[in-house]
Amino acid sequence: MTIIHDVTGIAARIEELQPDVIVIDLENPNRDMLENMFQLSRAVKRPIAMFVDRSDMASIEAAIDAGVSAYVVDGLKKERVKPILDMAIIRFNAFSRMARELEEARSELESRKVVERAKGILMKSRGLSEADAYGLLRKTAMNENRKISEIAQSLVTAAGLLGPGGDA
Amino acid sequence: MSGKHQIAAGFLPLLDSALLAAAHEQGFAEAEGIELRLVRENSWASIRDRLAVGHFDAAHMLAPMPIACNLGLTPLATEMIAPMALGLGGNAVTVSVALWSAMRDNGALDDLDPLRNGKALGSVISARKRGGGRLLRFGVVHPHSGHNYELRYWLAACGVDPEREIEIVILPPPLMPDALIAGRIDGYCVGEPWNTAAVSKGAGRIVTVKAAIWRSSPEKVLGVAKAWADRNPEALTALLRALYRAAEWCGSSENLGDLARILASTHYIDCPQEWLMPALIGAVEVGPSQVVAVPDFFVPHAKAATFPWTSHALWFYSQMVRWEQVDANIANEGIARNTYRPDLYRAALRDVDVALPGANAKVEGALNEPTPVGSSGPSLTLGPDGFFDGAVFDPDQVSAYLSGQRKR
Repeated sequence: MTIIHDVTGIAARIEELQPDVIVIDLENPNRDMLENMFQLSRAVKRPIAMFVDRSDMASIEAAIDAGVSAYVVDGLKKERVKPILDMAIIRFNAFSRMARELEEARSELESRKVVERAKGILMKSRGLSEADAYGLLRKTAMNENRKISEIAQSLVTAAGLLGPGGDA
Repeated sequence: MSGKHQIAAGFLPLLDSALLAAAHEQGFAEAEGIELRLVRENSWASIRDRLAVGHFDAAHMLAPMPIACNLGLTPLATEMIAPMALGLGGNAVTVSVALWSAMRDNGALDDLDPLRNGKALGSVISARKRGGGRLLRFGVVHPHSGHNYELRYWLAACGVDPEREIEIVILPPPLMPDALIAGRIDGYCVGEPWNTAAVSKGAGRIVTVKAAIWRSSPEKVLGVAKAWADRNPEALTALLRALYRAAEWCGSSENLGDLARILASTHYIDCPQEWLMPALIGAVEVGPSQVVAVPDFFVPHAKAATFPWTSHALWFYSQMVRWEQVDANIANEGIARNTYRPDLYRAALRDVDVALPGANAKVEGALNEPTPVGSSGPSLTLGPDGFFDGAVFDPDQVSAYLSGQRKR
């Protein structure tokens, strides 16, 4: 399995790789271009039949639900396509889960940083200990039914607006 | 009131998603008991696929697309119908500053005249051929699109062979201006605001418009899976009524500022509001501070702009035949004609006081000026609807039109 991110020179790449199945992210804005290329046999020497077997609606739905579209080289047997497609969907799901987890981890780190800064502001401006500063943020978040990172962000923003003396 | 019909609809970030956006934002959908969920998509292929598997109930679609689907020209061919059009016009042809300069040297003017500017482009193409230069490359959004057909029609009528003398590539609408700036294409045909975007970035020049190539011509339709329409006649009727009211609202000049604000927001096109105004007010900025009046650039409501004329469907079929996308035969002609469903449009709007055309098809290119026509209900004015080369398309004489078409 080969993953291609850049569509420049894609026809040549496909020719070189000679794939049996091509899977495209549904979110890819270049899908119309790629589909058109598959239909023009002079751009891609291998005839690409469209999608998975048109009669196999279950596979089509599974693929689209997973957020992918699959194009199969004409004449490839259904029994061979199915495992390849299943594998592609699993890989795609794993990839988007990884991307999501990475994003979550990044925003987790961001919110931890902002809470640290908010604590610092409170400690400095109100003379609180670190534990009390955190307690105050936590209590405010609970009272307002918001996330502690949101309260911290508001505090950091406000301190920034109020200018010198703030920690931001 | 809301929630009787839950309808999910896909759209692409283009000016002519206006009717769907207004139906949602101005409460026309809600007034018909519809909870309308609009989802912005990235490609026409995804719109088609999500409609086919039922993620969407309805969608903003290129007018030839449901026909291509039913003719089996696309992957995942689910039977589609077009019970309503989403306005007339809305496209333009933009070229790079370098190509414009060469065209101007060959007689092109700022007036958007398709014949003069097309001939000038033809001269540039001939000169490049003599000089051994590479082919000019033009972008369109989809092989089965009004853009592809009108670009080809325009060039062919100006003596340019669009198959051999230029290269046509497919690109998503929002990426056209950047592709032009990067020099990957020399020009393109696309819906607004993606022409104005290139002009305002100083990278492009608008050389002609759809409304000049073929006046009052079809562009997008409401695409619906036939199976969904058969199962949900009440929801479909409600949706057509809501969109009709939305079209009236979009067509009223006092609402244009509000419409531009809605469409410019992050949920819809997500672009500067100024980019939308030229098309909405009919004053096209063809180049830096040069404005040309095109009052019918985009027509959301007047001239029966939402009526799904079967003559429009048949003209698209004629172009699919012309460019060898489909074989010419009676069966295919029938499939194309039956994809458009004026019967459903009439049924939905019969009981509300609106102007409905008396016929389902018209001779395209027959009206040279605005003409009052027979209608049920309030009065209706159609046209002008001429092609710039003076050709006439008679939907009862499709075979004759097909055999008279030149490839180049």
